[in-house]
This record gives sequence, C-alpha cells and structure tokens, in this order.
Amino acid sequence: MTDTSSDQGIPEPEGAAAIIETDYNIGQDNIDGQVGPFGFDIHNPVFLISGLAIVAFVFYTLALPDQAGAAFSWLFSAVTKGFDWFFLGAANIFVIFCLLLIVTPVGKVRLGGAEATPDYSYIGWFAMLFAAGMGIGLMFFGVLEPVYHMAISAPLGVPSPFDADGNLIPENVEAAKQMGLAATIFHWGLHPWAIYAVVALALALFSFNKGLPLTIRSAFYPVLGERVWGWWGHVIDVLAVFATLFGLATSLGFGAQQANAGLNHVFGVPIGPTAQVMLITGITAIALISVLRGLDGGVKVLSEINIAIAALLLLFVLLAGPTMLILTDFGQGLAAYVREIVPLSNPVGREDTGFVQGWTSFYWAWWISWSPFVGMFIARVSRGRTVREFITCVLIVPSLVCVLWMAVFGGVAIDQVLSDPATSQVKAQVIDSYNPPLSLFAMLEGLPLANITSVIAIVLVIVFFVTSSDSGSLVIDTITAGGKVDAPVPQRVFWCVFEGAVAIVLLLSAGGLQSLQSMVISTGLPFTVVLLVMCWAIWRGLREEPR
Amino acid sequence: MFTKIMTPVDLAHADRLERSLVCGAALARLWGIPVTYVGVTAQTPGSIAHNPEEYARKLAAFAEAQGAARQITAQSHAVVSHDPTADLDDVLLAAVKDTGADLVVMASHVPGLADYLWPSNGGKIAAHAAASVMVVRG
Repeated sequence: MTDTSSDQGIPEPEGAAAIIETDYNIGQDNIDGQVGPFGFDIHNPVFLISGLAIVAFVFYTLALPDQAGAAFSWLFSAVTKGFDWFFLGAANIFVIFCLLLIVTPVGKVRLGGAEATPDYSYIGWFAMLFAAGMGIGLMFFGVLEPVYHMAISAPLGVPSPFDADGNLIPENVEAAKQMGLAATIFHWGLHPWAIYAVVALALALFSFNKGLPLTIRSAFYPVLGERVWGWWGHVIDVLAVFATLFGLATSLGFGAQQANAGLNHVFGVPIGPTAQVMLITGITAIALISVLRGLDGGVKVLSEINIAIAALLLLFVLLAGPTMLILTDFGQGLAAYVREIVPLSNPVGREDTGFVQGWTSFYWAWWISWSPFVGMFIARVSRGRTVREFITCVLIVPSLVCVLWMAVFGGVAIDQVLSDPATSQVKAQVIDSYNPPLSLFAMLEGLPLANITSVIAIVLVIVFFVTSSDSGSLVIDTITAGGKVDAPVPQRVFWCVFEGAVAIVLLLSAGGLQSLQSMVISTGLPFTVVLLVMCWAIWRGLREEPR
Repeated sequence: MFTKIMTPVDLAHADRLERSLVCGAALARLWGIPVTYVGVTAQTPGSIAHNPEEYARKLAAFAEAQGAARQITAQSHAVVSHDPTADLDDVLLAAVKDTGADLVVMASHVPGLADYLWPSNGGKIAAHAAASVMVVRG
C-alpha cells in the first residue's frame, strides 16, 4: 500500500503523463441501488446484456443439445481450420511487436506515469500473472503434449519414433524427441505470452497513463474517440465478458474432470457427475473466500502458495527423474525451439495441416480468447513498471519457465516412453489410448513416492483453478461495473457463483462443455482483430508519453 | 478530551455524509481540535479522479472547503489501496494510527440483513480501532 498523504508531498502531476481529456465520467452510465439487502453499482447495458445472454446460451445448449452441439462444432472447425493462417500470422505480429517495444526508446515509458513506483515485488507479481495466465494448462498438457507431438502429431512432418506396430525405430528417436519438446515449447512460449502482453499493456497504458477506465474498450479510444463510450464499446466489453466467463466455466468443468480422474487414480473415488459437481462447488467456495479477501489478502496469497507448490513438484520431478538427461533435454529443447520457431510459426503453405489446425491454430484462438481476462488482470497488478521491464517479465521470463516445465515433465515422460515402451504408463495413456486427464498421473507413477506426488498434483490442479476463478471474477466484475474496481462486494460474489453454476449446469448436460469450448474458441476470431488494433493503439499511445 | 478527529469520506457519495460532517465539525470546534478527512482510492481511474495524485488533490480541496465552511482546522489524508472493496476496513484502521487521531466520527447506514454477511465499515472500525469511534447513522 502506498500512502500519499497530502502533507508528505504529492508527486508532480506530470509524473502522471499524457492524460486523455474526455467528457466521459467513469460510472456515468452506471446504475446503483439495492436489491433487497444487497447494494449494487453496475454498468447498465454491459452487465444486463452479458448476464442475460449467458443465461440464454446456457438454456440453448440445454434445451436443444443436438442442434447446439452440431452448430458449435461446425463453428469450431470453421474457425480453427478456415482461419489458421490468420491466427498464426497475427500471433507472429504480436511477438515481433513486443520484441520491438523492448529495444525501441518507448520501452522507457513507465506505466502509471514517470514517477510511479511498482506496487508488488517481482515474486508476487510474477506469481499472480503466472497463476492466472496458464498454470492450469501446464498441469494438463505438461506430459501430454511433448509425448503426443513426438509420437503422433508429426509437426513439420518429423516422423514418429514408433512404427505402426508400436516398435521403436531407433534412427527416428533423436529428431522426434527434439521436435516433441520444441513444438510444445512453441505453444507455451513467446507467442501466448506476447498475446497476453499486448492486451495487458494496452489496458495498463490507457488506464494508468491516459486516465481512462479499466475496461477493454478504453484501448479503442484512439480509433473510435468518444464513440467508444457508446454501443461500440458496449459490444467490445460484452464480448470480453463472454470470453472470460465461458472460458472460466469450461475450464472449471474440464478441471473438475481432471481432478476427478486423479482422485479416482489415487483413492478410487468413482468418476461421475456427483464427484465433479462437488469439486466445482468446493473450488467455487474457496474462490469465493479469496475474492472476499480481495486482491492482496486472497488472490495474491493463493497465487504465491500455488507457485511454491508447483516449484516443489518441478524440483521433485527434476531430482527423482534422470536429472542430467532432463538438463540436456532443456538445452536441446530450447535450441530446437530457437531453430524451429520460424518454420513452426509460418502461417502459409504448410504440409502438416493436422498439427497446424488441430494444435497451433486451436491454441492461438484459445490464448486470444483468454487474453481479455489474463491481460486485464496482469494490467491491474503492473502499475509502476516500465514498458521494457513489463515486456521482459511478461514475455521472456514466463516463456523460460514454461520451457523448463515442459523440459522436465515432458522430458521425464518421453524418457519413460522410449526407455521401456512395453511397461510405460505414459505410452498406455497417451499413445495407445488417448486419455489426457490421466497423462500427468501416469508419468508420476513411474517415479518414486507416486501416491504422495499424485495427491500434490491434485491439490495443485484445484488451487490453480481457484486462482483462475477468483481473478476471473474480479475481472468480470470490473468490466461489468464500467471499469470501477470498488463496486460493492455482492457483485463479485454474484459473478463467482454464477461462473460455478454455469460450469455445473453444462457439466451435467451431454456435450455442454464441448459446445461452450467451441464458443470460447470462436470468440478468439473477433478478438484477434481487437488485438491487432490494440497494437496500433499502444504504439500511438506510447509515442505521446514523456520518456 | 480529544486531540484530533478523523473522518473517513467517500468523495463519490459526499452528499450522504452531511450528518457526520456536521457532527465532526461541531466536536472539533467544541475542543478546538483539527479534523483529518481520510479518503481511499484505487490506483485505477475512478469516478472521482484519473489517478491517485489527482484524487489526493481533490481530497485536499474538499478538506480545505470543509475547513473554510465550518471554521475548523482541516487536513486531508489520501490512501491508495489495491482493492478498496475488500481492504477498506484495514485501510481505515491503519489510517487511524497514521493520522494519530483519537476520535473517529464516521457515517454509517442503518444496519440491515446484509450486515450479518458483510458487517458495515463503521461497525468494524468501532470493534477494532484503539481510538474512540462515533458512528453517525443515516
């Protein structure tokens, strides 16, 4: 907490940089009042439209499951297959744009004005952006993806080390192993973090330096001018709420399934809706406590606990597995990533369409649809950093952590598969039959103390979901309150509970989660355009700032 | 009796504070002691100000106007919080210490059902502050 007591001297106003003068007052479109005993303060069209539309979507998927399923899966494949070139090309632009910001003079601009000081230590800041950004995905895909890319998806046409009968082809092993790691790192490295960095930087810049409300629409001020406070802006914000809530609800559903699979694996808890509904209820309850305790007392504390446990698990796998081999993998994986990043990110004329459309395009759409949520959360905790520091910490450091994570978890898993294919649990769960929620537990099975580490892994999955759920609720609450971060408590409680309820309802309906996941991916398409505009807005905004 | 009064103010809803402001000022004149107006802001732009510095200036102006209108010595103390909704009570309790006030005069609504779930700020401050607390209803 910073104390700017008036008799201690207030920082010079030019420290606060080039404020955009607008006639719009934050909160002018808000309605506040009481529902029964509960107070509220909401942005009039955005809150109501997004709330009602979400309810309508849920009813649609429940009432007409077959029709909804067919419609959404058509949309899903139309978006990821028809626009793969667009996603890949745009993501490359984001990476290049971020790298440029590091080296150009605008990197000196400080978020929050020249005099601003950072609010969070590096550790706390990093823990929060990492836990919100992709922690959960690392648990789900850390084992699955390297093994799958090595053996099945054949990125850039690199052949599998197994023949059709499952026998090892020794001469293919080295290249396939390196490509497996490189392709995974590619999906979790610079590109996703550049996507988050663009949104986060746009919001931080227009909010902390330009004085506009902390909502997605503010980044469009240079393009739309005052019209951004009207329907154009409403549409952008409603889309952001959709992407965030549906993204969180589907993740909650899938997370409950993974935790359930893990509990079944370790304790024999039956797999089914009862256990999963209880898990979602539990996760929502913890998230509720966290949002009530607020950003510092809840979200930050949980994120730090989370990262600490994850680091311990990483260290354990590193030491219990073949340590030297993993460290070699780390080096080789990183080298292969650097070597292959250009061919892997090439948007046109690719032969490996299965990999590009099934994985890369899907991932880019997924990261982009999550970017309003993660970006806004990162923005909120990043005041006081310079642009250069910000991009380095949001782009380079998390990418390296992901490389390490994938090299350790993927490296151990690949080693298990290759050294003893006949008994490898990972091979059984990933290559022979495709069982994603179990892949992590299958890898831990091959290491000592599997029961203990599996329990830790289940706890991690759950806590990662809590940290996504609580920060997501804060973000949705802020957007639907027109950028106010001090809206009444019942509102954030409402979004947190609503999110859990949507997840439960969809989990109980056949194919509900898949339908909604397709919806989330589809929102990635309009948001890619949003992000491209943001790059331009950031550039313009930064040039006006004093450095 | 007392040496300094602290009055928390919500600049966005200053119209609802009239009774507590009048009351605090009357007590200040009675003992000839100063009032410090405490305001809490987030770092993000809000309905009052674009940034914490602007908020602090507006709070200082508010205090000055109160001082002139009610003939008291008035000061201001702006505090920045990451999450005002959740942290308000703790921030105000810290402000009681920081300002060195030994009497807090603050506005509060009439308690209702919701106060069982989320106790009012006034109630929480009265329960935990070392200073004397006067909670002015409605």
